[in-house]
Order: sequence, then structure tokens, then C-alpha cells
Amino acid sequence: MSAPVLDVRNLSVSYLIGKQRARAAADISFTLSAGERLGIVGESGSGKSTLALALMRLHKPPARIDAGEAWLAGTDIMRLEGEELRRFRWSEISLVPQGAMNSLNPVMRIRKQLADAIEAHWRDWSRAKIQARVQEMLERVGLSPKVGDLYPHELSGGMKQRVCIALAVVLEPKLIIADEPTSALDVVVQRLVIQTLKDVQEQIGAALIMIGHDMGLMAQSVDRLAVMYAGRMVDIAPVRDFFHRPLHPYSQLLISSLPSLDETKPLTGIPGMQPSLFDLPGGCSFHPRCPSAKDLCRQTDPAFLPTGPGRGTACHVVRESLDESR
Amino acid sequence: MNPADNLLQLAGIKIVFGHGKKRFVALDDVSITIAADRPKIITIAGESGSGKTTLGRVALGLLAPSEGKFIYRGRDFEMMSGEERKTFRREVQAIFQDPFSVFNPFYTIDHLLRMPLKSFGIVKTRKEADDVIAEALGRVGLRPEQVLGHYPHQLSGGQRQRIVVARSLMLRPKLIVADEPVSMIDASLRANILDRLRTLRDEFGISIIYITHDLATARQVSDEVHILYHGKDVESGDAASVIGAPSHAYTRLLMSSIPRPDPDIPWAGSLADRPTH
Repeated sequence: MSAPVLDVRNLSVSYLIGKQRARAAADISFTLSAGERLGIVGESGSGKSTLALALMRLHKPPARIDAGEAWLAGTDIMRLEGEELRRFRWSEISLVPQGAMNSLNPVMRIRKQLADAIEAHWRDWSRAKIQARVQEMLERVGLSPKVGDLYPHELSGGMKQRVCIALAVVLEPKLIIADEPTSALDVVVQRLVIQTLKDVQEQIGAALIMIGHDMGLMAQSVDRLAVMYAGRMVDIAPVRDFFHRPLHPYSQLLISSLPSLDETKPLTGIPGMQPSLFDLPGGCSFHPRCPSAKDLCRQTDPAFLPTGPGRGTACHVVRESLDESR
Repeated sequence: MNPADNLLQLAGIKIVFGHGKKRFVALDDVSITIAADRPKIITIAGESGSGKTTLGRVALGLLAPSEGKFIYRGRDFEMMSGEERKTFRREVQAIFQDPFSVFNPFYTIDHLLRMPLKSFGIVKTRKEADDVIAEALGRVGLRPEQVLGHYPHQLSGGQRQRIVVARSLMLRPKLIVADEPVSMIDASLRANILDRLRTLRDEFGISIIYITHDLATARQVSDEVHILYHGKDVESGDAASVIGAPSHAYTRLLMSSIPRPDPDIPWAGSLADRPTH
């Protein structure tokens, strides 16, 4: 694969609540190639949205970036300040937010909202050029040019989400982050929105990080899939390997807990609950729920180590079985 | 069959909102029957705007049908006396989609669980109430000390949704209308909550109307499936045959729109395939 467009190194984000510090994202490292789609799944509170916000530097107190770097096309996002950061955001890294319903300005026509984003970054563009660009973006996401004259409340959920996609790609960024882009849409519309997102992302050659918890959606949309658990990235793998030969016990349980469309079988959940970030168990955070936990797992937190091409896993048990088979 | 043999009978339900130019038919001639002696889980599936939630509101007695009959245990809902309606309110319980907005944030979980016991006169003493609450919480896999004394915001979505189930359970209902009960719950917990629904049917003889757009979970938990499209019941039958071998074009579109958790099964189906009824 080509040189990575995004290189995240040992990124840690924590929340300070009272006198306690919770590591919402701990020591996260991964790379992403141009045009590659990475999915990040995890339970609520696993740190996936924290990671996304930190990559855009949109995190707010009490969240704080403790350490780490995130290089996007030669710039460390974590070191940008003030005007530099403002210019970088949206032109190089953009966001498709979770609630399309609430992220558009309710009192501004769609056309103006798209034009605003262009004006704020490309100051030398003429009005005519901007309007042409707005028209082109609406067409690209499959909306009629007439939608430009409407207000957000006149659009359906799927149309609003398409507007958000148009907004995210209008400056042709190198990285798009989509935070649960279809969680409020029904299955039929969901497929169209995801298809639109993939199409425009491919056209501009951007990398995409898609956050969510719908495993089916991930299987159908991304090239690689990462799993977060209690603030750590515990597993990352090319999507086929992930679904056909999952390594981490948590990934295995996640896949086996999915209800089948083709046969009736007992529903198996994952016993127990994700631990509180203020009260993590010693050793591997997943050990109290893990069916293959050993003594080692209770004592030391496993390091995140490569387990194959494009793969990495943080698990003692996986590590041992790989060492044995070598 | 004697109508009193049925727990619930929705016969030819039609719901019309507005009139004149703005007349909108939300439900058109939909019928559902649940026999009193054979509890079952019925799935009502369809996309947003198909009328599935409207049907749930009719079954809860919250919306009077424009046409058709709503008969509960042999009595026409419209004709029920105040006393009968109170019994209906206890015997038919609701579980809604969003476990974050169904609780009054100012009350502790204890209060929220005690209130219905008191208002329906199910228990006489505080001790009795504590026992009933502890038992119901145990049924949904919660330990009383985990949740009692806490406020809703201190609990996770999965815990809150299980408390809603526990609260229904305490009232010994005959029917639960569950509108998208797991769509906001993490995948790992989803299976647990759905499994509870099956337990309710098998151990307590509670029938469930399960409203969802997720056909995979519908296949796992339900006995009977009704597919709604633009307010019409386009296909119904037992879950395995409707979902396993759909015959209506719309059901097939719904099926093919579901992203399968296997990258090798293609994601097909498009709006172009949507029937224009």
C-alpha cells in the first residue's frame, strides 16, 4: 500500500471529573492510506467518539489530549493552534456528524450553508464560482439543485444527511470522519446514504473513518475494522479477516452475538458489562468478561502488537497461540 | 370462535389523519389477532412512516381507529367502563425506543418502580413492594443494589431499558407493546434484552407486539410477522417463512437492504426496486 495519509501515534485523551482522571482513549496508534475506509466499533463509552473528536481537535473540557501525535499529510494535527487549526479543519479533515437533524443551521438555506463553508476557506473564489461549486456538490450527493433553496426542516432525514455529506466533501479534504452517519435512518435509506458517502469519498480520494456499532453496516462499507474497548484499541484487521477469522475474544463474541437472518438460533449476548473508566480491572480490561482469560490477563495489560498484514491485536491469549503456531 | 377467547383482536383497522387535501391514511385495513390461550410474539416491521408505530398506539388504546374494531378480551375498547380501562392499562404495557427519555429525571429508580405498584394496588405493604421489585429486577438480570437509590442518568442505556422491562413485568401484564426496544442499545446487550422477551412469553405467557425495522432480530424472537408498507399489511405469516422466503417485492427490498455482517454477501436492493403500490 502507498504511504499512509494519516498516522496516529500513541494518542491519549482523558477526562478529568472531580479529582479522578478517566482515560477515554489510551495509547491509540494506527495508520490509514489515501482512499482507505476504516471502521471503528465499540460499545457506548468505549472511546470511539472521543477519538474522532480528538482527531479534529473538537474535544472540549473536561477532555484533554495527554500525549500523542496525529500526522495528516505531513502536519501534526495535535500541534496546530489558532488560525492554522481553523484553516486546517474542514479543508483537510471534515466531519459527517451523528445527528444530521441537529447539525444544520435551521434558519439558513442549504445553498448558503454550503457557500459559507467555501467562503470561509477559499477567500479568492468569486461568487459565481462558489455557486457553481455548490450546485455541483448537491448533484454529487444525488440531490436536485432545487434543494439548495430549501431550509433544513423541509428535508427528510436522508436528504439532510446527504447535505451533511456534501458539506463534508465540499473542500475535498484528505480525511473524512463519519460519526454514526446513519443511526437515525431506516434500512432502505441507510443504504443509499452510505453508497453516496462511499461514492464521493472515492471521487475525491479521501480516507474515511466511520464510527458506529452496526456490525453489518461495517462489513458492507469499510476496508478495515478496529474495535475499541474501555478506551483502548484492542483489535484491528482487514474487514474479511475480521469477520471470517476474528482474533480478539471480544471481536469473536461481538460477531457471534449478531442475530442471523437465515436461521433461528439461540441469542447469545456477551455476559457482564464494560467496566467504568474510573474503575478499570487490573490487567486486560476485558478479562472479567473473557471466556479464555488466564492468570496473565489478570496481571498485565496486553500490548497492542501486529498479528498479520494490516492486523493488530491487544490480547495475551492471541499472542500466545500465534507464537506457538510459529 | 367466541370473541372472548381472544386476548386481542384488531379487525380492519384504518387510521386517517387530517381531512380534505391533507387527508393521510396511516393505516389501511390492518388486522391482528392474539388468542388468549396461545401467547405469541408478533413483529410489526416496515420502514419509517409505514404505520408500525401508529399500529402500536392503537393496540395501547392511545389512538382510536377511524374504522375497524379494537377488541380486548371480548370487550370493544370504545365501550369499556373506567374500571375496565384501568385493568386494561395494567394488563397492556409499553416499552419505548428511547430508554433515556421515558423516566422522570427527578425521581430515583425506587420511586419509579413503586409508583405503579401503588397506583394499581398490587401490593399492600412496603415490604411486599420491595419483594416484588427485587424479583422483577432479578428477572431482567439486574441486582437491586445496582440500581435502587440511583437516578436514571446514573444508569446505562441497557440498564434503563431493562428497568422498563422489569416495571412492565411487576404489573403482571398480558400484553407488552415494545416499539423498537433495542435499537438504541449496544449490540452486545441487544441479544440479552431480546432473550428476556422470549422468556416473558415462555414463562409468564405474556404476548408481545414487537415493532421494529430489524428483520434479523424479528426472525430470532417472533412467531408471526406483519410487514407494513404505506399503512398496508403487504405480507404476513410465520416468521420463518416471511423472512426466510419473502414473496412480496417490498419485503424482498427490506431484506436486501439489510447490511449483512459478512463482507462476502453483497449489499443489494435500491429505491428503484421499491414498489409504487
